[in-house]
This record gives sequence, structure tokens and C-alpha cells, in this order.
Amino acid sequence: MNSIRLRPLSRLFLALFLTFAAVGQSSAQDVGAAPAVSKEGVTPGATAGATPATAAAPAAGGGDAAAIAAGDALFKGNCAQCHAVNDVVVGPALAGITKRRPMSWIIPWVKNSSKLVASGDEYAVKLFNQYQKQQMPSFQLSDQEITSIVAWVTSQEGQSAGAPGAATNIKPADGAETPGTGAAGAEDGKYMNVLLIVLVVVLIVLVVTLVIIANIMKDVLRGRKDLDGRDVEVVEQRFDLSKIYNSTAVRAIVGIVFVLAVLYESIQGAMGVGLTQGYQPTQPIAFSHKLHAGEHQINCAYCHTSVYKSKSANIPSANICMNCHSQIKTESPEIKKIYRAIERKQPIQWVRIHNLPDLAYFNHSQHTQVGGLECQTCHGPIQNMEVVYQYSPLTMGWCINCHRETPLNTKGNAYYDNLVKLHDTKNGAVPFTVSSNGGTECSKCHY
Amino acid sequence: MQESPKYWKGIEELENSPEFVKNALTEFADFLPVKDSHGTSDATVAPRRDFLKLMGFGIAAATLASCETPIKKAIPYLNKPEEVDPGIANYYASTYFTGEDYNSVLVKTREGRPIKLEGNPESPVTRGGLSARAQAAVLSLYDGGRLQHFAIKKGTGEKAEHAKADKDQVDQEIRTALASNTGRIAIVSPTIISPSTKKVIAEFAARFPNTEHVMYDVNSASGLLRANGGVLPAYDFSKASVIVSFGADFLGTWLSPVEYAQQYITNRKVSSEKKTMSKHYQFESGLSLTGSNADVRVAIKPSQEGQAVLKLYNLVVGGGATSTYEEGKTQPLAEAADRLRKAGSSGLVVSGSNDPAVQTLVTAINRALGSAAVDVANPSFIRQGDDARMSTLIADMNAGRVGTVIFYHANPVFNHPMGEQVLSGLKKVKTTISLNDRLDETGSQCTYAVPDHHFLESWNDFEPKRGFLSLAQPAITPLFATRQAQDSLLTWAGNPTSYYNYLRTQWQGVLGGDFQKAWDKAVHDGVARGTAMPAPLAVAAPDVNAAFGAISPIGTGVELAIYEKVGIGNGTHANNPWLQELPDPVSKATWGNYVAVPRAMAEKNKWEQGDVLEVTAGGKSIKLPVLIQPGQAADSVSIAIGYGRTKAGKVAQDCGANVLPLATMRNGAIIYSNTVTLKHTEEKSPIAQTQTHHTIMDRKPVVQESTLAQYIANPKEVTEYETISTPEGPQKPNKVSLWQDYEYKNHHWGMAIDLNSCIGCGSCVVGCQAENNVAVVGKQEVINRREMHWLRIDRYYSSDAHKTDFETKGKLDTYEAMEHPSDNPKVIFQPMLCQHCNHAPCETVCPVLATTHSSEGLNQMTYNRCVGTRYCANNCPYKVRRFNWFSYYTNEKFESVNGHMFTDLGRMVLNPDVTVRARGVMEKCSFCVQRIQLGKLEAKKQKRRPQDGEIVSACAQSCPTQAIVFGDMRDPESRISKLLRREDGERAFHVLDSINVQPNITYLTKIRNTDEAVRNA
Repeated sequence: MNSIRLRPLSRLFLALFLTFAAVGQSSAQDVGAAPAVSKEGVTPGATAGATPATAAAPAAGGGDAAAIAAGDALFKGNCAQCHAVNDVVVGPALAGITKRRPMSWIIPWVKNSSKLVASGDEYAVKLFNQYQKQQMPSFQLSDQEITSIVAWVTSQEGQSAGAPGAATNIKPADGAETPGTGAAGAEDGKYMNVLLIVLVVVLIVLVVTLVIIANIMKDVLRGRKDLDGRDVEVVEQRFDLSKIYNSTAVRAIVGIVFVLAVLYESIQGAMGVGLTQGYQPTQPIAFSHKLHAGEHQINCAYCHTSVYKSKSANIPSANICMNCHSQIKTESPEIKKIYRAIERKQPIQWVRIHNLPDLAYFNHSQHTQVGGLECQTCHGPIQNMEVVYQYSPLTMGWCINCHRETPLNTKGNAYYDNLVKLHDTKNGAVPFTVSSNGGTECSKCHY
Repeated sequence: MQESPKYWKGIEELENSPEFVKNALTEFADFLPVKDSHGTSDATVAPRRDFLKLMGFGIAAATLASCETPIKKAIPYLNKPEEVDPGIANYYASTYFTGEDYNSVLVKTREGRPIKLEGNPESPVTRGGLSARAQAAVLSLYDGGRLQHFAIKKGTGEKAEHAKADKDQVDQEIRTALASNTGRIAIVSPTIISPSTKKVIAEFAARFPNTEHVMYDVNSASGLLRANGGVLPAYDFSKASVIVSFGADFLGTWLSPVEYAQQYITNRKVSSEKKTMSKHYQFESGLSLTGSNADVRVAIKPSQEGQAVLKLYNLVVGGGATSTYEEGKTQPLAEAADRLRKAGSSGLVVSGSNDPAVQTLVTAINRALGSAAVDVANPSFIRQGDDARMSTLIADMNAGRVGTVIFYHANPVFNHPMGEQVLSGLKKVKTTISLNDRLDETGSQCTYAVPDHHFLESWNDFEPKRGFLSLAQPAITPLFATRQAQDSLLTWAGNPTSYYNYLRTQWQGVLGGDFQKAWDKAVHDGVARGTAMPAPLAVAAPDVNAAFGAISPIGTGVELAIYEKVGIGNGTHANNPWLQELPDPVSKATWGNYVAVPRAMAEKNKWEQGDVLEVTAGGKSIKLPVLIQPGQAADSVSIAIGYGRTKAGKVAQDCGANVLPLATMRNGAIIYSNTVTLKHTEEKSPIAQTQTHHTIMDRKPVVQESTLAQYIANPKEVTEYETISTPEGPQKPNKVSLWQDYEYKNHHWGMAIDLNSCIGCGSCVVGCQAENNVAVVGKQEVINRREMHWLRIDRYYSSDAHKTDFETKGKLDTYEAMEHPSDNPKVIFQPMLCQHCNHAPCETVCPVLATTHSSEGLNQMTYNRCVGTRYCANNCPYKVRRFNWFSYYTNEKFESVNGHMFTDLGRMVLNPDVTVRARGVMEKCSFCVQRIQLGKLEAKKQKRRPQDGEIVSACAQSCPTQAIVFGDMRDPESRISKLLRREDGERAFHVLDSINVQPNITYLTKIRNTDEAVRNA
């Protein structure tokens, strides 16, 4: 009777389990297609070991540190789209610029290059022709700002000759994990696997041997005639499955375990409602970050122009694609889609991957320019993504967690000087994190 | 030594009516009926079942919604303009002038959309100030009531309708009509201060020689122009130490209020270094914004004004005709005359009258004084309308002498007193063309509608005062298929030049030198020095003898004074919901006009507020509700213009009645007063007032005021500080507290509001609304007390009785007298917003921690956490929290009033950095936290501390008189820190100090320049 009653109940459980599993699955759309993604998100800096760092330490010997720091920001905000220090991007590599041209030439050039070209300056005209007559836009920078950019460029010269692009320095995030130790870790893992396999094999052999010995023993005992009834009973004992099946304790344990599992799954499913971690929609153009950011090492800010200065990182407009693709790979069907968009004056409608609700205010420049975070901290190994997916969960808990743990990037920023002093005198033992400066208050993100 | 008058917030409070008492005790007027919000028609349906149904549906919806995340698109520019970065605001200098007040503005654009107008600090005229109307003008850009294409009227008679027409076809037909025109051609417009536009019109007139350009102003100054030989004097109130105004509302609506308010306030601000103030006398019928700020205000009937001016002339200059004006025993006019004579060149008399005779006498008085505040050599151009010429044109139209009439932003059918004649005259004009932005009362009568761009889509230039030029530049590509009016006129005149090039050519003569450089600078700054106007003729001495005879005698019956409101103005912007919902500074009424009657008249006739009266004058009558207005002159009533629009759009529909037909003509000018008869009707029409919604707990002074004499004697005694009793004797309230104090390490944001500088103009209210996406709720919801303004301006009237009369008159009688209204009350304005208390009562009662305190002193409101218990609003002593009773952006009940949140067109005005709040959550002033965050971020990016003045709230920024100072109180060098240090113990006080909530907003005691004997408390 029991078993009959149990059957529909167990079916129900099974149905429930499947339902929740399905909900959990569907909430993370296209998860199946996406590579396996860490549920926990990332701690800042964890991926930095494998990622190129754009911010390089200033050269020890070079110039005024403050000017160089200012130049760093200015370079990223204004120049990095077209220039790298040691490599030709759109414009020439800037290494050695001070040796090639005097400051009295560089300043007017930056401010208004076309004027200089028009004036017939020999070098300017040559440069203009050399780079496909592409005009360098004029910049509203002060003389001092240009000087500091040049100072920063000088400080970067030759730091990593050979490694192309602005993404030159492989810099460990916190010194905890270097590529070397990472490799060693992988080696260790391999040995462990071998060891485990060996162990399992040995155990299996052991079990088989024991079973064989036991059977031989049983046979020997059966052959003996001097056994009494109780001994025979022991020897002939059979394992009775129905007993376990009818045991209340076993049933109760199985039931509880099952209920707990269902409960856990359903809570997990419910928590995942609205979460789109791993979301990897198909885009109208098969743009590969792996190719552009990974293999060709194009700086993120080259396309996402306002990532260092604005709330929005800016999805690049078609004319930015055209900077290169007016000449490169013009026959590709994917590139032709861009040409078509321009011809028809229909902007490309990308599918938005990272969606924050309207009630949360997020500003890229706060995190990149001020906080000094890498793009990969939140966006994951973007340089390895053929198709971009949402790497981080983008939940409030994830934001808050990072704000609690991350030390403020206060170095060289006069905004924080007094705050750091105040913190050090009062609470020096604890790191000065974002949250200890009010970074977890409601109105920092919700207004 | 504290003067302690009893203030009351409104007539209801004085009367202590049962309704008021009921409402005074409840924060929220009524509970929301379920029917209203869910649309259940059957009243018998049990709410429990509704609840279950909704629950069931809710769960199902949530489950379904969770299965599929909607796909959102990210659409970048195809070719990104270099200067536009998504997320970064760009500012462009421009100019606001639509025939009323002039404002030089900065247009804040985000992703190419103008979202807010701010004052242009570069302007020497408006100096960074901005009127409420100019603040709201950005919304009119996205007004769905605008005509979106060219149109030609098809059909005849009543059935005639405008049909969309092709641009070329319209041009073709108009050109043909102009070529074959017989009779005169008239271009009708309000005052045009654009030199280049005038050149365009002149060019048009040269092409069609029988063209006449007729300008008329709705609130005309043609009397003032005639008294000064066709020149409008420029006034400088900062040069006047004695100001006598006869009905000129120069702080609210007269000529150039923002400019005058700034000048006026420089002589009104006091500090321990400057203990002088100008003396301001105001003689007027209705209680105006300027009258509310006067030191001495005298209520006179409209017809007494001329005689009062004559009397002043006799007292100051002498030798005039005998005046029949009689004064009471205090003799303010004699006192004013005495002071004027002593002040000499620093005296100033102004009059809002449009009677040339009155203005002639005013001019003569100023000349006799040698007033330095009046400048006729570099005059103002802000009013050029000529009433006589407009009357002639209307007569000519009716006589069939006009062949073509072009209306350029002119709507005389609605806003000219002879609107009916304009309408009948239009039928006799062969070709009628409207350049107005919509098919308004006049435009709908015209055959051709050629809509003009909005000013934010146009190039233009302006010269409000001789020598002060400014430019308007487009801040957005034209939204609709419209064409700039100047381009239309040029096209029809056969000039192929675009107006932009035309404008540049004109400016070449003005700027000279390196033109491109000077032009770029002028476009960037929005303003330039230089003039495009010819030097004015020397003004002959006014003919006073003729004026003596022309001054009208004092009338007997009930008189009507027609005035202009600070918000709606002359009605051009009536379709702007922000302005409709902006409470009148004095009456606090929104959404419509009314008959303001003095209390005695209402009592005598047993009229109650909201009773509809029929007001009749000269055979025309209108029906409007009664509003009892303290300060209204005896035997007079006041009605505002600008209401009663029929074809302005959804918002302006059914809003009041048009009073202009009741105006009269005298001495060839429109006189904005008349003798009227009032008849009580059985109808009732409630007035949507915001004034008694929020009773401040009747415990201790909320507003403080004192006199200049007292301030000079001892500034330490002008403010009464409350103390509480402790075992150690009386102490400051903040010495005893249950709560721990916050430690502010980084910033501590604070605000100081100088009640002496606040004139109550309401600019901050609209500025806040634009910045923070505050919803408009409409008339019925204002009546239900659910308006959403984060910042309100409380207006307190005074009563003449004092507690000091206890001994002489007895306590009971004194209390009764204190409830009795003063016929001519003193007025105080107090901007009231979230006080960002350090010990905030709202924070402790929130069950879900949706309102919390920040480490920078802000009282944070987190919408996404709020569940709408409204405990916080109940616990707020200042009543500044607002609850979202509806989803104002989707509930069709609000579509007509809050339409800009409904359509994609209107939503372009929303500030993308501020959440649009959902139904069921609380909201309130955030101290413009989005601006604070942005300012801090900019500083961090540049690796420095924020500079003082870099981060300002929207209200502080828009204040034309700098009454509001916002800043970081932790920075010892900031303006606010210095101000608070200086005023501590003198004028600085906190509202409701004794409850020890420790607000971050400090008020400064108002100082009046009165000589009244100081009453001892």
C-alpha cells in the first residue's frame, strides 16, 4: 500500500524538481551556449593577472610625477583612440616624439593640425600624406596639458618594446598571482588527477579481491559438514532489499533529503529570476572582441570612446569602424553590413547585453578613470570572447560586495588626501575601502 | 526684543472652519478609493476577492515575466558628432524672449536634447537669473499642441479645417496672393527686440511697399512710451534708495522682472557690514508679488492711482492741479514724498499704469528728482507696442482696407481687448497668414499656417537694452516640419539668403574687427556688447499741464483691476503644465484664474470662496469663482489675464476665463481696469490652492522677522532662539539629544535661505521641477492636496494683533483679534523643502530603511526600497514629503496635464539622471544629489577637491536674487560656511529649532525697513 501511495507523490516531486530546474535554466538565457561561467562573479583583480593592463607605472626616472599622472588620464581620454606609445594604430607611435619634434611644433599641431598642414609646414604635410591624408582632429587642450601628455608618453617609452599596442604591460593585480605561479598551479593539478586515478584503481582492485576471497571462504564453509543450523543461516544469509524499502528511517531520510534538494533548487531558481548572467544574444553583426581586443590588442577606449569620461562607455558609431574598415577586410559580408547601414542611414541595432534597471545609476568614468579598474574586472575576459556574454551577475549584492572589499584608488588624487590621512590616523589597520568612504550608501547609486 | 506678529497661512486657518481643522490633523486628505485606481465599476465586489485576483495575476505575471527577459537594443550614432558624448551634458548659450520678459539662458542638452534652461551668468542684463516662465520654456519645445507642418485652410464657414500642405505649394500660393494684393499688408506681432528680424520685416516692406508692421503688447506699456516720447526708459533699481511704485509689479511681471529683481535686491540684502536698505512704497489694488515685498503697501482702487500720482507730484514737484486723493491718518504718500525729496537723485517713482497722463506725471516727478535710476539715453526696447496703431489696424480690417495680414507670434483674437473685432475683421481680409507655432485662436482663423520654429530651434538676435546684444542659437534640429518665421518672410520677399547668413551679415556691422573670432565668442557667450539700434532721440520734457486735465477722477462703483500672473503671464505659454501648476506667489492658486475680492466685500455679500460670480463691464461678462484675497483694495476686485484659452492645447483647455474683453480704452491706450458689476450665481467652482495643505505645527516661530531699526541697534536680538529647560537651566535644544551625532569626514552639504532676499517669484519651484522630473498632477489632484512639488514657497500673511496686547485688551480678546485678518497684511515668503535633518524623524520610522542618512549629511530617499507606508510623511514636521498616489506617467487620468511623461516627444524633456518615480513610493527633495555626485566625480577625475560654487542645487542656481546659497559646510572657505559663521547668533535660525531635528537648511531672519515702534515681546 505504501509503495502505491508513494508513487504519485514521488511523481509530483519529480515534476516539481523538473519545473524549478527549468525555471532556473530559462532565467539564465542561452546559458547552454555560453561557456561555463562562474556563479560567484569575480573579485577585483582576480582576472587581471591574465589581462593586459593599460595603466602602467610611471617610469622611475622621468619628469614630474604629477604631470605624468595628469598626462596618463589625458592620453586615455583624448589620444588613445588613435595613438599608442610604441605602436602605430591609426596615427603614428608616439615614442620618441620629443626627439623627433620640438614642443613648439607639437603644441600647435595638437591644437589644430589642419592649420599647420595648410600653412605648408614640411613635416606636417609629410605626416599628413603618410597617414592616408587622415586629419588629426583639433583638441581644446592647454599648453600645460599637452606638455603633461608628452611627459607621460616619454615615461612610457620603450617600457615594453615588442609588445604591441597600448596594452603593453602584463602587470599582476596584487602580486599574489603571477603567470609563473599560475602555470605551476596547473602542473600541480595534473599530478593530483593522476594520483586520484591510481587510488581509485587500487581501491577497485582491493574490493574485487575481497569479494573473491569472501566467496572462496563461503564455498569452503559450505563444503564443511560440521556446521549447525545457525551457522548455515549465517552462511546462506541473503541481502533483503524489501526490508530497506519498507524501513521508515530510510524512507524518512530519503524524503527529507529530497525535500531539501527541491527546496534548495527552487530557492536558487527564485533568486535567479531576472538574472541574466551569461546572457549571450546573437548580434546583428558578428563582431569579435577576441579578434579586435585580443589578437589585435586594440585599446577598449579606441571604440568605447567615452569610457574614461562619461557615464556611458559609448557603443561605437559606424564611423569609428570606418577608421580601419574603409581599407581593411572590405569584402567581408559582416563588414558589408556596416557599409549598408551607412548607405541607408540606418544605425546598427545592437542587442544590449548589460542591462541595469533604470533605478540604478552607474557611471563608467567613476570606475575606470577614478577607481582605476580594468574593464575585465566586471566584463570578464572580453579579449577572449568571440561573442560577448554577460560575465558578472550585475546584482546589487555583487556591486555592494565589491564596494566593501575594494580599497579606494586614492594614490595621487588630491580629492582623497585628507580623507586618507583621517582614515589612517583613526583606523589605519583596516583598508580604506569604497564603503568606508560612504560607497554603500543608497544615494550613491539610487536617485 | 522680538517682534512677534501672528501669521496665518490662509483664510481657512483664520476661520478655523471644521474642514480645515479636520485636514490640519491629517497629512493626507483622503484615502485612495480602490475603485479609482483599479477601475472596478461594481461597488459591491468584495475587496478580498480583488486582492486574491490581483495576487493570482501578479504571481502569474511575475512568473511569465521571469521566463523571458525583454530584448533591449543599444543603438549608437551612425556618425557621432565630435562634441556629443552619451551621458555628458553640453551647454549652449541662447536667449529667451517671447514678448514678455527677456532672459539670457544656457540650454543644457543631453544626447542632443534640450532638457533644462539655466541662467546665463555672462549676461550683464539678467546676470544668471531666470524667471519661472523662462525655466518652463524648455517644455514648450516638446509641446504636442504645436503645429507640426504647413497647413492651408480648406472649406468654408464652420466646417473649415486646416489640412497639411506642401511647403512649396504654400509658398507658391502666398507669393501669388502677395503679388496680386490690393489694399494694405499688415504684419502683426508683439514687441520684437531682434534687430535682424526688424531688418527682415523692413526688407519685406520694401518689396511690398504698402506693408505696415504693427506691434502690440498684451500687457501694454504704450502709455509709458508716449510719456517718454516713444522711448522706454531703462531702470536701474540698484541706484534707487527710495522706490515708490504705483501698481508696477516690477519684481513679478513688469517689463524686465528678473533684471529688476536683481537690482532691487542689492539694496535689500543686509549683513553686519551693510546695515542699510532701500525704502519701498507700493500703491496698488490687488496684492502683487512686488506689493508683498514692499516696506509700506497701500491698497488703492485703480481709479485712485491717477489722483495719487497727482498728489505725489504736488508734494514733490508742486504746482499741479488739485488732487482728490485722500490719505488715512498714517499718510504714507506724504511720507513717501518727503523721503523722495530727501533722496533726490536716488529716488525713483514707477507706475504700471498704461494711461499716458499718469505716466507723464511719473516721468515729470523722476525728472524733478533727477533720478539716476532712470536712463533714457540707453533705453530699453522690451516694450514697443502701440495701442493706437493696433486699434487703427483693427478698424481698417473691419473697413476692408487691409488685403493681407500676417500674424507673427501674435494672437489678438485671444489677447487683445478688441478680440471680437479682430475676428470679424479677419473675415474681411483676403489673405491671412499665421506664423504662430500652433493653430491658436487667431491662427485657426487664417488661411495659411506657416508655423515658426521654437526658439530653441532657431537662430536669432536680441537687443533688450541699447548696447546689450544677445544671440539665440539652435540647440536641437527642428523637431517638426516647421520653418523659421524670418526665413518665411525672406522667402516671400524673394530673398534666397537663409536667416542664419542674414543674421551674420547684420552682425558684421556690429562686431567689426576680426569678425569670425568675435562672432564665435558671441555665440559661445550668448551675449555681446554693442548696438544695432539707432541712437534714441532726445526726449522732450513731458507736457504736464495737458496731463493734469487728463487724469481721470476717482470712481465710485466696484472696480476691476486686470493684472498679469507670474506664471502664466499673458497666456502665450498657457499650454505649459509646469506654469499652470506653479502656484501664484500670493494666492497660491493653480490651474485657472478667479475674482480676487477683499474680505469685507465677501462678508457683506455673503460670498464664499469658490462661489462663481458673473463679472460684467461694458456689456461683456465672464464667470469666475471668488477668492478672498487679503490686501485687495476695498471696493475693487482683481482678475488675471492669460486664462480662458480655447485653442492652445489640451493643458490650457477649460482653465479660467479671458478677462481682456473687460478692459477699456482711454487716451488712446488700453486701460487695464474698469467699473464692473458683480452678480452672484448659484454655481460653485473650487479653486485649486496649495496654501493650507501643509500646516506647520503650531508651536514656535517658523518664520522670523524684525525691523531694520532693531537690526542696526543690535543684530544679536533680531532672532529669537528657542531654549529648552534642563537641570542646568535653559539650554539650546541641540544640547540634549537622544541620538548620536553623525561625523562628516568628507562633505557636509547645507543650504542657507535668506528670507530678506527671497521675493517669492517661484523660479526655484519650476527649476526643481525641471531638474528632478517632478510630475504634474492637475487641478483635481491639487484640490485633493496631492501636488508633487518638492520645493514649495510658503506664504504667510500677518495679523495686526500681538501678544503684547494681553495686558490692555485681555487674553481672550487678543487671541480673537489675532485671528482677525489684517486688511493689508504683511507678507513673508519662505521656500520650504526637505530640511535634510541630521536627526531626521522620517528616518527612524521607516520600516524598510528606504530613507536613510548619508555620510555627507543628505537625507536619502531610495525609491526602489520604499513600500509606501507613508510613515515618514506622517512623521515629517515640515510636511515636505510627497507620495505617488498614481503612476502619473501611464494613468490616462493625467494624460492631459502630465502629457509630457506619456509621449516619446514629451519624455525628451526628462532628466536622464533622475528616476521617474513609480506609483506607491514616497519622494522628496534630494538636494539635487545627481548634481552633487556629478560635481564630486568631475573633481575626482581632475584629482582635486570640488570648488565652492561648482556644485549647486537647481533651486539655488535658478534664484534671481541669490536668496538660496548651497554648499559644503565642511569647507571652511565656502560661501555657506562664511555666511553661517557671520550670521550665527544674528539672523541664522532653524525652523522648529526646539524639536531638535537639526536641519541642514538654515534660514536668515527677514528684516523690514519699517519705522513702526518696536513691540516688546
